[in-house]
Amino acid sequence: MKIFQLTRANDNAQAIASAAKAKTAQQGADIRFIAGGTTLIDLMKLNVETPQKLVDVNHLPLGNIDNLTDGGLSIGAMVRNSDLAHHPVVQKNYRVLSEAILSGATVQLRNMATTGGNLLQRTRCMYFRDTAMPCNKREPGSGCAAITGVNRGLAILGTSEHCIASNPSDMNIALAVLEATIHIRGPKGERSVPIGDFHLLPGNTPHRETVLEPGDLITHVTLPAPAPGSRSLYLKLRDRASYEFALASAAVVVTTASGKITRARVALGGVGTKPWRSPEAEGELTNQSASEDVFKRAADAALRDAKPQSQNGFKVELAKRCLVHALKLVTQPA
Amino acid sequence: MSEEKREEETSESLSGFETSTRRTFLSRLGMAGLFASAGPVFAQQPRTDSKSAGSSMPKDTIPISLKVNGKKYDLRIDPRTTLLDCLREHLHLTGSKKGCDHGQCGACTVHINGRRMNSCLIFAAMHDGDEITTIEGLGQPENLSPMQAAFLSHDAYQCGYCTSGQIMSATALLKEPCGPDDTDVKEYMSGNICRCGAYANIVSAIQSVRQNKDKPA
Repeated sequence: MKIFQLTRANDNAQAIASAAKAKTAQQGADIRFIAGGTTLIDLMKLNVETPQKLVDVNHLPLGNIDNLTDGGLSIGAMVRNSDLAHHPVVQKNYRVLSEAILSGATVQLRNMATTGGNLLQRTRCMYFRDTAMPCNKREPGSGCAAITGVNRGLAILGTSEHCIASNPSDMNIALAVLEATIHIRGPKGERSVPIGDFHLLPGNTPHRETVLEPGDLITHVTLPAPAPGSRSLYLKLRDRASYEFALASAAVVVTTASGKITRARVALGGVGTKPWRSPEAEGELTNQSASEDVFKRAADAALRDAKPQSQNGFKVELAKRCLVHALKLVTQPA
Repeated sequence: MSEEKREEETSESLSGFETSTRRTFLSRLGMAGLFASAGPVFAQQPRTDSKSAGSSMPKDTIPISLKVNGKKYDLRIDPRTTLLDCLREHLHLTGSKKGCDHGQCGACTVHINGRRMNSCLIFAAMHDGDEITTIEGLGQPENLSPMQAAFLSHDAYQCGYCTSGQIMSATALLKEPCGPDDTDVKEYMSGNICRCGAYANIVSAIQSVRQNKDKPA
């Protein structure tokens, strides 16, 4: 690990001012915020991340979960994954979020990992994690070893010829169907970004993963009030029963009235280069009956543009079945 | 020295070991290894001149104050020092183990402010003032914690390397919203890998403590 300078930020302005001096907020940033450290320290040990300065943001006043007057919820960036998943309002109104978080990692890691940090979780692509291999995400222009290599766990949606790395987060998939908003404070002031616009497709700049600029601090995430009468669910398929990344997962929020779907939100995990919301699937479901045929049409629509690699063709069918099963479960009579 | 002769000497020097504990056995084994290569080892006396001290202790060390098992420690460390390395190498609390060093195996699990975490994925300098508890803080051989005693009585280990991490997780689990069944325990313990495969007995040890806890005193 490269030597770095460690400083503790005591307020948001101080943190932002320190990080604003960084050349980039993306891969290779020389100044980094550190919260739970579960991704960053892991990657620093591998010399994939080599910051010269770490700004400890654990003591910033961003650790609260607050009810909003419009019935929504505000989640501080420093709220730990465990606290968010077990929060009574989250368990009652945003079940998909609680289930998604609890399906990821372990109790120890969830006790450390934060909401803001999980939004920035890095890919588990083995070539990204190995500095001996080419990787356009880690070292722009060096090539992609995954396309011709071991790509069983990687993405089939949103890929480019430069990068097929999958976004590993479960929490992000739930935030996508809950239509979360990411609140950012930076050197130029405050702004809000819908979750769908927060992560970037790899295109020809896979090292740019989010819209964050140097000094940008995620302060909190807001969720709109739950859709009246809706039910939600997260279903994750993986190689092991616990402590494993998704091969395919589905987050769904569905409202039904007399057997008919009146509103649907669908996102897929484990298959996309970013948290993969599927307006195509939502379109197939809305105003249709809650039946298996409809679910299958929605799944076909969600995976229509899938581009499987040499080893992950199975993910197309797996993701479809995952979505169909999730929709069946969520529309079952209570 | 012939191979035969050397073997004989080794077995003689090991002859008093039957009554040893594993810890003394391993440490004596280390010493035996030291004497076997006595020449080169003793030629490398610890260098104390200021030049070499400077090279092994970079100028970038920072002062920290850690509270471990109720005791306060003031020390200077390299900011790269993980909490695990700090506990083991600086404070000589070697109960917490280094397995994968990437937060995947759980052997390094400690409690920070009452919550279990992977000490290998934590920089010690970020936990100035926090309450840290290690396996040494749960109990001692003559005064085991209920979970330590349950691991012993249920034979919940084989080689023992993962055990302190397992016990730290299991102890934390008692206060976590874990469901009542074995499958719930397995899910809550999935961050602690046991290569010997003592899982069945680990689950029974944990369940025995939970069931006793629920009984009226």
